[in-house]
Amino acid sequence: MRMNTEWRIACWEKMILIRRAEETIAGMVETGEVRCPCHLCIGQEAVAVGVCAALEATDTIWGGHRSHGHYLAKGGSLEGLFAEVLLKVTGCSSGRGGSMHLFAPEVGILGTVPIVAGTVPLAVGAAFAYKTREEKNVAVAFLGDGSMEEGHVHEAMNLASLYQLPVLFVCENNLYSSHLHWSERRVADNLFCAGELHSIPGERVDGNDVAAVYHSVRWAVARARRGGGPSLLECRTFRWRGHVGASYDQDVGVQRRGELVDWMRRDPIQALTERLGEEGVNDLAERERAIADRIGQALAEARRAAHPLPDRVTKFVWREAVCAR
Amino acid sequence: MRALSYVQAIREAHAQLLARDSRVFVIGQGLWSPWYAGSSLEGLEREFGRSRMVDSPVSENAVTGLAIGAALAGMRPIVFHPRMDFMLLAVDPIMNQAANWSYLFGGAQGVPLVIRAVINRGGQQGAQHSQALHAMFMHVPGLKVVMPATAYDAKGLLIAAMEDPNPVLYIDDRWLYGETGVVPEEPYTVPIGKAAVRRSGSDVTLIGISWMAAESLRAAALLEREGIDAEVIDLRSLKPWDRDTVAASVARTGRAVIADSGWRTAGAAAEIAAEVGERVFRELLAPIARVALPDVPAPCSGIEEQAYYPGAEQIAAAARQLLTKSKAVRMARTARGAA
Repeated sequence: MRMNTEWRIACWEKMILIRRAEETIAGMVETGEVRCPCHLCIGQEAVAVGVCAALEATDTIWGGHRSHGHYLAKGGSLEGLFAEVLLKVTGCSSGRGGSMHLFAPEVGILGTVPIVAGTVPLAVGAAFAYKTREEKNVAVAFLGDGSMEEGHVHEAMNLASLYQLPVLFVCENNLYSSHLHWSERRVADNLFCAGELHSIPGERVDGNDVAAVYHSVRWAVARARRGGGPSLLECRTFRWRGHVGASYDQDVGVQRRGELVDWMRRDPIQALTERLGEEGVNDLAERERAIADRIGQALAEARRAAHPLPDRVTKFVWREAVCAR
Repeated sequence: MRALSYVQAIREAHAQLLARDSRVFVIGQGLWSPWYAGSSLEGLEREFGRSRMVDSPVSENAVTGLAIGAALAGMRPIVFHPRMDFMLLAVDPIMNQAANWSYLFGGAQGVPLVIRAVINRGGQQGAQHSQALHAMFMHVPGLKVVMPATAYDAKGLLIAAMEDPNPVLYIDDRWLYGETGVVPEEPYTVPIGKAAVRRSGSDVTLIGISWMAAESLRAAALLEREGIDAEVIDLRSLKPWDRDTVAASVARTGRAVIADSGWRTAGAAAEIAAEVGERVFRELLAPIARVALPDVPAPCSGIEEQAYYPGAEQIAAAARQLLTKSKAVRMARTARGAA
């Protein structure tokens, strides 16, 4: 797709949707209406949207604990997300997973889990299936900078490269793993080089620039579809809120106020809004109101949905259906 | 009828699963090597190609995760761990991911995966090449665990594991590889969760797991010479396990010896003993006995191995003791009734 004004508006709308949906969830966390742990990606929306803009519906994404944005960017239902964080039966995971376990296979979201980098080898496995069946799909593993400290990520990168699998490792480097700055965890600021040992090309990109993310992912996805193997993309970004919950981190002794102010000046949405204004788009306020309405309706629907009955607790441990061989 | 050894039966099950379903592949360490899998996978990479018999890098965690992801994307993998000890590096994908997946997502998707682990005891291999860790995995909801003890079950349970829509841990024991038995040529399944009564008897029930099921049969032969009539149950499946068959047998005999190839504390035998106690306490004529490994890592010296691994002699001795003890139990109960 050409990166024209229309394309930018579509991305802007997705980013606004994620921002406003998460602000809504943050509000519900503050009032106590939502009680499951929520890890918000406010400030990082351009990564999710830029990546998913370069994917087809049949491509799959795999996420972690901070995956509301990935889910919405790939086309997961808004009502399904609200219902899931409220643990209603209509949630995208039937109200079984909560915020950290999102699932929507119909749009290629095959699972998000909070075991750090838990889905990275699974994404490689999906790519293995696509290659075996000679399908053109690509699997995308979203991981954080903290994930790069997990051994199995490096095992997975080796497997992906050895078998030349159509998988993309998207590392969202928001500089903090929970409360720990990268400099407390690594000796060098070089995550995009992590694939070098396995001959996986790596690139660092401004994760707050949706067009830059899209451009890099489009190249990596095309390469993967051609059978060229995996790529690693490090997207530099910043999360505005704390590791978990609605608050900004400053109250808990994580010293980053100046840093936060700097990064808020680099708001990925603001940058795009300004660009669209320069291009003469004058209906953004109207578009934003429409998104707010959509959020209001989805939330109302989620609030009306039923809670699970207590006797559901023992259900779904096993898959009962006999799979045809 | 045709006889095969246990290890030949495992190989045949793999070959038939690979032949009949293009979604099936095997991945793990040592598939192309003579050292890891015994002859259980011999020649399969020539027959089915190395892209379906994938001898992987030494990355237990990511290889198991790859198999899970492939299963979620429509494949039917068997992930192979040639030493169960090595599989500890893959506990996260097995326990956190595969076992939870169906529950986590409201039953919308399961993980149809076979995880094959080999118990490789004896042979002076020491504490990290010998462990039987089935009890750890039996503890986990969402994971099935099977441990065949005969050639027939070795084939039938592997095919059943493949046909199950859930993750199934299939554990074979190299000490059983030479056991021979009748094995039909066509593919067949052995139901997961169903025990087999290998020998009927009236005095005591010997409940054996994996290798210890074979040893229990040898113990029954020893006891027969002494006029003790033992019933032998081969548990075959640990999760779910056949509570009804075990409870019904112990209710009849009044005595139970549980023989397990794992450690004693919080082991499989402890779980079975607790269930038997809850179900048929009033029918018990003697305390429930466990024959299991001491709470000690596997030794290396052959002399220490001899002292470490119990077998038919120890099972028979435990049964004899129960017959002695049951007289005391009866007297105590009579005394309590009189008072």
